[in-house]
Amino acid sequence: MTTLKQTPLNAAHRAMGAKMVDFGGWDMPVNYGSQIEEHHQVRRDCGMFDVSHMRVVDIKGDGVRAFLRYLLANNADKLTTPGKALYSTMLLPDGGVIDDLIIYFMNEAWFRVVVNAGTADKDIAWMKEQVASHAPNLAITPRMELAMIAVQGPNARAKVWEALPGSQELSENLVPFSAVEMGEMFIARTGYTGEDGFEIMIPAKAAPFFWAALAEKGVKPIGLGARDTLRLEAGMNLYGQDMDELVNPLESGLAWTVDLKSARDFIGKAALLAHPPARKLVGLLLTDKGVLRGHQKVHTAHGEGEITSGSFSPTLEKSIALARVPAEVAIGDVVQVSVRDKMLNAQVVKYPFARNGKAVL
Amino acid sequence: MSNPDNLKYTTSHEWVKTEADGTISIGITQHAQELLGDMVFVEAPAVGRHLAAREECAVVESVKAAADVYAPISGTVTETNGALDGSPESINEDPYAAWMFRMKPDNAADVNTLMDAAAYQVFVDSEAH
Repeated sequence: MTTLKQTPLNAAHRAMGAKMVDFGGWDMPVNYGSQIEEHHQVRRDCGMFDVSHMRVVDIKGDGVRAFLRYLLANNADKLTTPGKALYSTMLLPDGGVIDDLIIYFMNEAWFRVVVNAGTADKDIAWMKEQVASHAPNLAITPRMELAMIAVQGPNARAKVWEALPGSQELSENLVPFSAVEMGEMFIARTGYTGEDGFEIMIPAKAAPFFWAALAEKGVKPIGLGARDTLRLEAGMNLYGQDMDELVNPLESGLAWTVDLKSARDFIGKAALLAHPPARKLVGLLLTDKGVLRGHQKVHTAHGEGEITSGSFSPTLEKSIALARVPAEVAIGDVVQVSVRDKMLNAQVVKYPFARNGKAVL
Repeated sequence: MSNPDNLKYTTSHEWVKTEADGTISIGITQHAQELLGDMVFVEAPAVGRHLAAREECAVVESVKAAADVYAPISGTVTETNGALDGSPESINEDPYAAWMFRMKPDNAADVNTLMDAAAYQVFVDSEAH
């Protein structure tokens, strides 16, 4: 039996009554009570998530921008203001997705990257390999000593300002998808819920104190269970489910993150141009009773597809899913999903399903 | 919440109650609902269906996962709890009141082959290690 990795907030979760699970080798809280109540808490007020298992990686040196221009499918040249963030995929030469990530432009000699927990080691190895052959002067530094806490919901920013003296002056003018340093901390107006809020990087030793300060201001802890239903309603992809190394971003609903217009070359570009997408990611709304789940088969007039993520939507009180289907399938089509021994009807919809506290279907 | 002494229990975490009319009511235990979390959907077996002991016959789905429910003993389904359609969360709120379906046992004595509350508690504790 391998020992699960722990974040600096492990003891805090247990003290708050969290149900802990093995999440990709990390001992993480899946919920503290009712997952549905935690979900509503974030849509209606605010909640805090321990996302310290995600990995912060700094890339420093002359020519970081040129390197990222080549490394990532989205174009680092879109980042012109210090602190601005960009969502991108990092691709294999065949177009498969190694990971999705956020890069923050700090200055021309420093970009910060945040990658997924389960892929972090692989990502860093890949970045180092590319650096070795394309930009050997760059330093890639995983910031293992940084914890990360996401505070999300309509009241999230105000609660952070209450709990963290001095943070309001620095962060109240942050536009969405940008960040600012505050001493050893890093405050980003980003998230994975479809709500306003911050993701805050903080030295591991200080994280339990910040967590406790937020709790004291009435911010409720939210587990990874609600994090998953929140991001699904918000139409945000989850790596390993909605995309992986076997599919390209154009077939994963991520065409908006791939810059094929600029003249620059990037890893995976040739493969994407050579193979027009035959499939696409769509939203499904179950009209029959039941619950959609990942890997269920989807039957359409244009061939078979598969659900990549499915669950019950607490906001819509219906089951929803993301599914990869033949490209000819259109919004409004009715499709059938194999659920155990039944075929259930679902409608193809444009996602997101819910954001900013409301259903948006 | 402790497991009521007047019920019998299975290794797949169903509870069984013998009713006055000789039918048995089946639900899932406190331990099972805790593991699954917020319930959002229940699919009960069709009335009139004959079930073998240990046969998969119903499904409960929480936000997190789907779980099969098994027939504790052999018998015929006589009734399902329609109230759970509109309020699956009552399984979380009071698992020992939220029965899913009732059966007429082929052999009433089969109920005695199931675990009592004390034995079930030992079983749950042993699974946790």
